[in-house]
Amino acid sequence: MTTTENPIQANVGRTRLRKEDARLVTGRTNFTDDIRLPGMVHMVVVRSPMAHAKVTNVDLTGALDMPGVVAAFSGADLADDAGGLPCAWPVTEDMVAPEHKALAIDEVAYVGDGVAVVLASTAAEAVDAAERVVVDYDPLPAVVDMKAAIADGADLAQSTLDTNVSYRWPLANGDIDAAFDGADVVVEREFVQQRLIPSAMEPRAVVAAPMGVSDELTVWSATQVPHFVRVFLAAVIGIDEQNLRVIAPDVGGGFGSKLDIYAEEILALVLAQKLGRPVKWTETRSEGFQATIHGRDQVQKISLAMDADGRFRGLKVDLLADMGAYMQLLTPGIPILGAFMYSGIYKMDAYDFSCRGVFTNKTPTDAYRGAGRPEATFAIERIVDEAAHELGVDPMELRKRNWIQHDEFPYEMIGTLTFDSGNYEAATARAIEMFDYDGRRAEQANRRDSGGTKQLGIGISTFTEMCGLAPSRVLGNLRYVAGGWEYAQVRMLFSGKVEVITGTSPHGQGHDTAWSQIAADALGVPFEDIIVRHGDTAVSHRGLDTYGSRSLVVGGAALAAACGKVVEKARRVAAHLLEADEDDVEFSDGAFRVVGSPETSMTMQEVSTATFVAHDLPDGMEPSLDSDASVDPDNFSYPHGTHLALVEVDTETGQVELLDYVSVDDVGNVVNPQIVEGQVHGGLAQGIAQALYEGAVYDQAGNLQTGSFVDYYVPGAPDFPTFRTDRTVTPATTNDLGVKGVGEAGTIASTPAIINGVIDAVRHLGVNEVLMPASPRNVWTAIQQAAASGSADSDDAQAAAAVQADDAGPDAAAADNAGQAQHAAGDTGTSTGGDA
Amino acid sequence: MQVNVTVDGTAHSNEAEPRQLLVQHLRETLGLTGVNVGCDTSNCGACTVHLDGRSVKSCTVLAVQADGHEVTTIHGLATDETTEDGWHPLQTAFHEEHGLQCGYCTPGMIMAAADLLAENPDPSEEEIRDGLEGNLCRCTGYVNIVRAVQAAAAAGNGDGSSVSAHQAEEVSA
Ligand code: FES
Ligand code: FES
Repeated sequence: MTTTENPIQANVGRTRLRKEDARLVTGRTNFTDDIRLPGMVHMVVVRSPMAHAKVTNVDLTGALDMPGVVAAFSGADLADDAGGLPCAWPVTEDMVAPEHKALAIDEVAYVGDGVAVVLASTAAEAVDAAERVVVDYDPLPAVVDMKAAIADGADLAQSTLDTNVSYRWPLANGDIDAAFDGADVVVEREFVQQRLIPSAMEPRAVVAAPMGVSDELTVWSATQVPHFVRVFLAAVIGIDEQNLRVIAPDVGGGFGSKLDIYAEEILALVLAQKLGRPVKWTETRSEGFQATIHGRDQVQKISLAMDADGRFRGLKVDLLADMGAYMQLLTPGIPILGAFMYSGIYKMDAYDFSCRGVFTNKTPTDAYRGAGRPEATFAIERIVDEAAHELGVDPMELRKRNWIQHDEFPYEMIGTLTFDSGNYEAATARAIEMFDYDGRRAEQANRRDSGGTKQLGIGISTFTEMCGLAPSRVLGNLRYVAGGWEYAQVRMLFSGKVEVITGTSPHGQGHDTAWSQIAADALGVPFEDIIVRHGDTAVSHRGLDTYGSRSLVVGGAALAAACGKVVEKARRVAAHLLEADEDDVEFSDGAFRVVGSPETSMTMQEVSTATFVAHDLPDGMEPSLDSDASVDPDNFSYPHGTHLALVEVDTETGQVELLDYVSVDDVGNVVNPQIVEGQVHGGLAQGIAQALYEGAVYDQAGNLQTGSFVDYYVPGAPDFPTFRTDRTVTPATTNDLGVKGVGEAGTIASTPAIINGVIDAVRHLGVNEVLMPASPRNVWTAIQQAAASGSADSDDAQAAAAVQADDAGPDAAAADNAGQAQHAAGDTGTSTGGDA
Repeated sequence: MQVNVTVDGTAHSNEAEPRQLLVQHLRETLGLTGVNVGCDTSNCGACTVHLDGRSVKSCTVLAVQADGHEVTTIHGLATDETTEDGWHPLQTAFHEEHGLQCGYCTPGMIMAAADLLAENPDPSEEEIRDGLEGNLCRCTGYVNIVRAVQAAAAAGNGDGSSVSAHQAEEVSA
């Protein structure tokens, strides 16, 4: 399996069953919506049903008369209290952005923009009362399409700005003109990254309470980033940071959608302060479709210049990124994270990237699993397949000709990063072996020859990503307002048991387990004797939370460093008590031993207790082994892998079936193989979902037509095969654990693998592009268009497609609703707004 | 309206608004917050419980419709939830096969799987996937959920352990 053997210790490198599970499988959980406090009132947000309008009046009187209502406020009522939503990543000095109030005052800019809040004793009463709020709107033109938004004379998505283009951000390296001027072949494409709705299974929720010591306020939030929430809520509301405690209790998934500061967090806190009682808000799912950030939504123009032998010379990318109506926490920076990844694993002479951030009257976008990197990986892996077709070589062969060889690391790639390690040959060889690449190519050729309607396609993705966000200096250079370090603390208790504090904030990733494994080996204490605490700013006072596949890479490294400090302090105590020189005391298997007389020893627990009682410590030594560490990485980490998909496309209906999926990921050393595999599975499902099933659709008036799970197809168990996964191991050299991060790999790799496979299955019919999701409708349409343009390889194939051209179209499969809706879009549509 | 319902073996009698959903009754009136809510369109299955031994999405049932009936939630599945020995085979299998990450879908998924195994003690992979179609999980990609159900089925030995432990107790009592 391995390239380099993963170092297996007593705990690290082995599957340990998760400590988290006991609560979760028995229902003894504490999600934010489960919290009930004495005197608590329920908040409901009244939202705009208009994509863009002036707000001319907000009448709350009807709501205030309703039973159980405690208070109601318009945006104007809270104008002075609530501050604005923060954007932490103003990517250029001259970036423009509208003010983003927690409640809109004069102008609403997307369906779902909050205009008023109602608070009542029960959630049901609050919902009833919210329906009595009367808001008058004066409609303004809605800007929905990005290309229309950047055209001359376009309507404005925000009337306070004089443009829809927020910023232009460039990155260039090498002589791009020379690369293109001297090229034998240039392949150019435009790819659309459809808008996605993250859909963590736990909806967002927040409880804010004026309780705690002295003036302290406590906020429980379904968030990935309690430390961010504390810092930013304090700043925008004007609360002294020390008086705000933020707790992320059990959190039911995030995928980036809970990496944000949301209006409802601000409102709940402001109103808890104002009313002097706890305030709770829980999102309904359909509300969340509008009010929680969306992902992707980019149009990518990409061109690849090559020599006749297929050597890559240069790459140009011109990107349009839909910001939605406002900047949320990281909105402008998401496409910038992708900017470094467009060249993928390939060597080339020049790179030219430019991105425009564009405002539209839609829900704001922000980080969604992979955040910029899936889009970039899709574009490069797709265009490499197109280039291979154009050159008439096998797409795997073209990749091999261009990728960085294992003996070339560390490698300064054209996107200006230094890849520290990797072995693309090894991962690919393993994937090819598992997949039986040659056998499947033969099978594909047989099907082709048979001329049937079920054609096979093989999809390839040889991806890399930048993880372990992030070196603080790099973030500073990119104008990000925070750092990228992480924190850990180890507390050695009297009994020799251990508390580990981490600044990361898991919501399904299994940190309790993995961090226990790391600490158990480093300290020589039993796995069971360790508790890991997180997600509460009063317990874990420092931290930068969980996103960007950073937790283990940066937070795990911090834990290893803190454990190292404990061992050094304990060694000093042990040497003193064993009456030996510190240099002669070794630590292994949980015990300090004197070199040469191994029977003279003390366990870590004994040293811990001796230090606690402090009766006999070295002179001047502090009576504590507790240690902490903040670690700031020097570089990102770069997981990579080779993914292969076998898809079958019904050329008559456009139905795609995923028959087999093999992924071989190199995420460096692993702490817990079972957790790593689970992360890969979940990531694959989300990336495949983008390729085949999901897509948010707006009509021309800016109404979200896929506004619930009925219309937006989040795939279920029957929609996937059992993925076949393996790993190679090329340890990262940028952190002491040699780990690279695994949270996003599957999502980043799989989308292009699937689409490459779909196109490979129907390439002989002249298809070279399919819109995502590759629903039956979208695939069928691509086949028809290719037939109409006469670009098929053979007369047979053309005839086969032509037979279908008279048909009314394929039957609507259940999985096709996103695609169906996409085609239904375009006329008036009904308002989906106003739900409370 | 008065609702008399036996939940996890305990008889309860409470007032409920006619429009109150069973899931709200379980969560808000009875405090059984292990029953989760993931949607408002009856698509996600996070709220799945057993009503008279068959799985239902408790957001599709009014509290008053449960009057006179028996409900089993995730809280009543184990004979003793505080020790792994007391867990239902599905709870053990989800733990051992890593069939959960964030755990939000898990109570509903386990309840749905328990009903699936009661109907079909030895399901194929396809039958498991089809049987769990109404329960969405955003974290796991379903691979380990399928493995967990297979493992629980294998552990069940056809002795009826796919029936909830609580119901089994009642049967033997
Ligand atoms: S909450 Fe019942 S199906 Fe989603
Ligand atoms: S484990 Fe998170 S939704 Fe299933």
